[in-house]
Formats: sequence, C-alpha cells, structure tokens
Amino acid sequence: MKNVFVYCEIERTTVQEVSQELLTKGRKLANQLGVELHAVVAGTDIKGKVEDQILPYGVDKLFVFDGEGLFPYTSAPHTDIMVNLFKEEDPQIALMGATVIGRDLGPRVSSSLTSGLTADCTQLEIGDYEDKKAGKKYDNILYQIRPAFGGNIVATIVNPDHRPQMATVRSGVMQKAIYDGKAKGEVVYPEVGKYVSEMSYAVKVIDRHVEAAKNNLKGAAIVVAGGYGVGSKENFDLLFQLAKELHAEVGASRAAVDAGWVENDRQVGQTGVTVHPKVYIACGISGQIQHIAGMQDAGIIISINNDPDAPINQIADYVINGTVGEVVPKLIKYYKQNSK
Amino acid sequence: MSLKIVVLAKQVPDTRNVGKDAMTAEGTVNRAALPAIFNPEDLNALEQALRLKEQNPGSTVGILTMGPPRAGEIIRQGLYRGADTGWLLTDRKFAGADSLATSYALATAIKKIGDVDIVLGGRQAIDGDTAQVGPQVAQKLGLNQVTYAEEVIKVEDGKATIRRQIDGGVETVVAPLPVVITVNGSAAPVRPCNAKLTMKYKYATCPMERTGKEPWKELYESRPYLTLNQWSVADVDGDEAQCGLSGSPTKVKAVQNIVFQAKETKTITDSDADVDGLIKELLDEKIIG
Repeated sequence: MKNVFVYCEIERTTVQEVSQELLTKGRKLANQLGVELHAVVAGTDIKGKVEDQILPYGVDKLFVFDGEGLFPYTSAPHTDIMVNLFKEEDPQIALMGATVIGRDLGPRVSSSLTSGLTADCTQLEIGDYEDKKAGKKYDNILYQIRPAFGGNIVATIVNPDHRPQMATVRSGVMQKAIYDGKAKGEVVYPEVGKYVSEMSYAVKVIDRHVEAAKNNLKGAAIVVAGGYGVGSKENFDLLFQLAKELHAEVGASRAAVDAGWVENDRQVGQTGVTVHPKVYIACGISGQIQHIAGMQDAGIIISINNDPDAPINQIADYVINGTVGEVVPKLIKYYKQNSK
Repeated sequence: MSLKIVVLAKQVPDTRNVGKDAMTAEGTVNRAALPAIFNPEDLNALEQALRLKEQNPGSTVGILTMGPPRAGEIIRQGLYRGADTGWLLTDRKFAGADSLATSYALATAIKKIGDVDIVLGGRQAIDGDTAQVGPQVAQKLGLNQVTYAEEVIKVEDGKATIRRQIDGGVETVVAPLPVVITVNGSAAPVRPCNAKLTMKYKYATCPMERTGKEPWKELYESRPYLTLNQWSVADVDGDEAQCGLSGSPTKVKAVQNIVFQAKETKTITDSDADVDGLIKELLDEKIIG
C-alpha cells in the first residue's frame, strides 16, 4: 500500500525506454519515501518475455497482465486494469510516459479515480506543502514540475488530497540506470478477466504501421537545431549540411516545426524530444522555456542569432551574432578547412 | 445516418507568439498582452465535424465552449464556417478549473444537450498542452475514446472508422458510437469562414456579451438565432463542488518565472575571422571532432 507505481509501455514484447527511465526515477522516489516500487505491464503473449526488461531497474513487485486484446493498446482495457489494480493497491504515486499511450491512458485513469494528473513533467521531487487557506500541512508529497503557458513559466503542481498523485513524463527527460541496490523482484500474473470487462474491447485496431524512429536525436552527441529565425525551408537545408559534416542530428524548435520546415519528430523541447548532447548548436532559436526544457543539459551550447537579446544567449557558451543564412555556410566552410 | 455532433472548443491566449511584454515583472502572465484565439487543434476538430455533416445528410454540428462571456466569439467562429448551434458555459463557479473540473463541466453539458453521437475536440490546448480533457470527458460519459485522430474516415452502421497517429506510426481503429475523438494538428486544416454565414451570424451573441446599447438590438427580438445559448452551473444541473477550483484535485504550489542560469558567454561576430577562430577553438578542445 502507498507504494510508487510505474505503468510500463510495450511495443509487442519490447518495453519502451521511457518506461525504464521512469522505473529509475520511481525507484529513487520510493527510496526517499521508504516504500516499494511496483510496475504494471499489459499485453498479449508477453509472459516470460518482458520481466527481464523491467525487474533490473529496481522493481519490488511486477504485475504482468497477459491476455488477448491487450495488444495493440486500446484505451478501455488498459484503463480497467489500472483503475481496478489501483483500487486494490492504493498507490501514492503513479507514473507513465508522456507518449501517445500514456497521454491517452493517464487522463482516463485519473478521471475514473478522481485523482489529479500533471502532464509532461520535467522534474519530480518530494517535498512538503502547506495549504494556508485550509490551515493544512502535507508531508512528503510529489512536486510535479512542468513548464506551463506555452513554456513561459514553470509551475510546481501538487495533488494534496487525492491519490494516486499521477504524472506523465516525456521520453528522455529522466535517465535510465540498472539499479545496483536490492529489490524484491517479485512477479505476479493476475487473471485479466477479473480486471477487464468484456465490454471494454469494443474499439478494434484494424490496421497498424509502426516504423523504427527515423532519427537518433535522443542519443546524438551533437545536435544542430533550427528555430523560426532560420527563415525558410531552404535555409533549413543548410542545417542538414552542417549536421552531415559534424555527424550530428538535426533538431528544431516548435516554431520551425509549425512553419512546416522540418518534420515534427525532430522537435526538441517540453512537447518534443529531450536531448543530452555534448554540443548543441541553436540556429535562429530564441529560446522559449518550452524549448530550453528539452536541451538545457547540453554540454556546450552555441547560439547563432541576430538578436543579441535572445533568451537562449544567456545559457549559451558561445554566441555568434549573425543570421543563420550567413553564419552556417561559414561554419561548414571553416570546419571543412580546419578538420582535415 | 444523421449524426448529432458536438465540437469542444476553447478560447486560448496565443502562447505561440509571446512578446516580451507577455510576462509581468513579478513573473506572472499578462493575459491582456496576448490575443485570444480559437485553439488551433480545436479548429482541426471542427473541420472533421463539418466534413461528417456533409457526408451524413441531416447531421448537426454544435460548438461547446467554456469561458468568460467573450468566448462567445468561439461559437460565432464555428457558425461562420457551417456549425448549426453552440453553447457557452459561463459562470464564475466554473473558474479556476483544472482539466478534471473542466471535463466534469463539459461532460455535464453534453448530457444536457443529449443524444450526442460524436464528440470531437482538439487533442490539446496551447495554453496548457495537457491533452487530458478529451479522455476525461469520455470517461465521465462512459464513452469510448480515440485520441490523436488525423481523419475520421467514415461513419457507417453505428461505427466510426478513424485513422490516428501513434508513436512511430499510424493505425486505423473502428469505434462504436457514441465516441469521443480528439484531433491532432496534423489533420486537415479548417475551412475559411463562409461570407453569407458571417453576414448572417455577425451579431449573434450570448446575453452576457451584450451591453444593451447595440444599435442593432431590435434584431435580437426578430431573429432568435442571434441569441446564443448561455449556460451556468445551475443550467446544466452541475454539482458546484465538482466545478472550478473546488473540483480540481491539482493545485498550483508555485509559479516561477524562468531564471536562466547565466553562463560565462563568449560572443563573436559573423566575420570570417571570428567563425574560423571559433571552429579552431572547438577542434582544439575536442568539443567537435
């Protein structure tokens, strides 16, 4: 009871990285609170195939729901599992990926349980909260920290009176690590029929195409990213040329994606990918918090901007005052000259 | 078959174009500095609704929105494009709602509207980016949900066939009606306003939007379609405890303006010599290979 739960998302029998990242975070939170880390996974024909991808992250108890109709994911059966399991287990914290699945499932579960849910958190911490109006104090509750209002502010959200405290987190925001402490590693296989109503299988997936990610933005050592200041799709091609020279991946701000210059799977930021590169070259990116949230851990930040007051310049190690169209070709030219 | 379609739409501050005056010195949001717009993905949802109306003769499309009286503009924007009606949920008791309390209010209104076949809404609103309201409305109404939809391909035999985005791909699902569908920004853009409809509904307002001094106020007597539906908590038989701030499990503990951790920054110009020097420095220090 009062444990920390992580919903593990799968593609057939592969546990998604975001879930492993959350297990690592969940383990830390559980240790801090002195409770256990529990995990849930649901799919079809997964028994014996997923446990080894989950337990090493420090799981004390894993609930494996294996049954027909649980893969591909549809909302209702997975909601039934989570809601009914949570009614039995009464967790204090529940985490899931801010993926298409997590953002479909999380709100449905939170609505069923009338518990609060905070989407797309960038930090999770344990702390105290005082409701001065009601004169109540709460110890050890979850601070759910996220950029809000288009990324212009950072809000700390709490759910003082409702459990579980639910949060979703994007892929790449937390870092996964095999747990080197001791965890119980118990696995149970509950009977799916006791949790899922027959009525819940009403939505059918009739066709499905999934491709492996087209880019390796999340794991790239160097990222060349473009924003609205790039100015055009043609100028964006310059970024791809520079990236090719540097063996880098191309990223983008939301504004550049919205402008249609680059595909949305390259968006860096709170609502895109979080990156941890050695070098981040920000081309014509003003630096809305929304974007910064996804790249601030970069080792070296180089900003190319013709606005000397661009917010991103404040966190940059190098600032080049100039336009993308002028500077990027020069970077390519002198890199070619000097690297030989 | 004819369908009764409700589109959930929100008036939002345009957070995509935030200028420097959008934040106050205290780090709070200066809403007055941001234009109020129709949430972009709700427009994608409206377009799907209007297409379904065309494909299924006899269908109706209504816009359901919650907000202050000026959010009546959202209903007008829908009417200009071919929606048939709209409802504005407006009441101080709805204020301060998080996604759960918002969903409660919308779900209660949808029950009041009655016999709805399809509820469409944007995947998320740009002022919160939570994507929670659609699924929570679905849960509160006990309906099926399909999120991240890119196209409602057809509705036949009481079932909707929908193509939706998933992580790394697409899938097609068949969902029995009634169903709640949230629509992605990658779906078809909304059609422009129709000139005739814009003329017809130009003066359509909710009672609370009016000052009583409009030169055209006698039109409200002769043309009942110019009076938009305006509902309070009581009008939808809502439970006040589940609305607004009191119905919101999440509380904002703190809001911070972003303070960048200022670094020691080296600033250079875009001259050849400076760029050449930088590249050499980065190579020397093995920052780039």
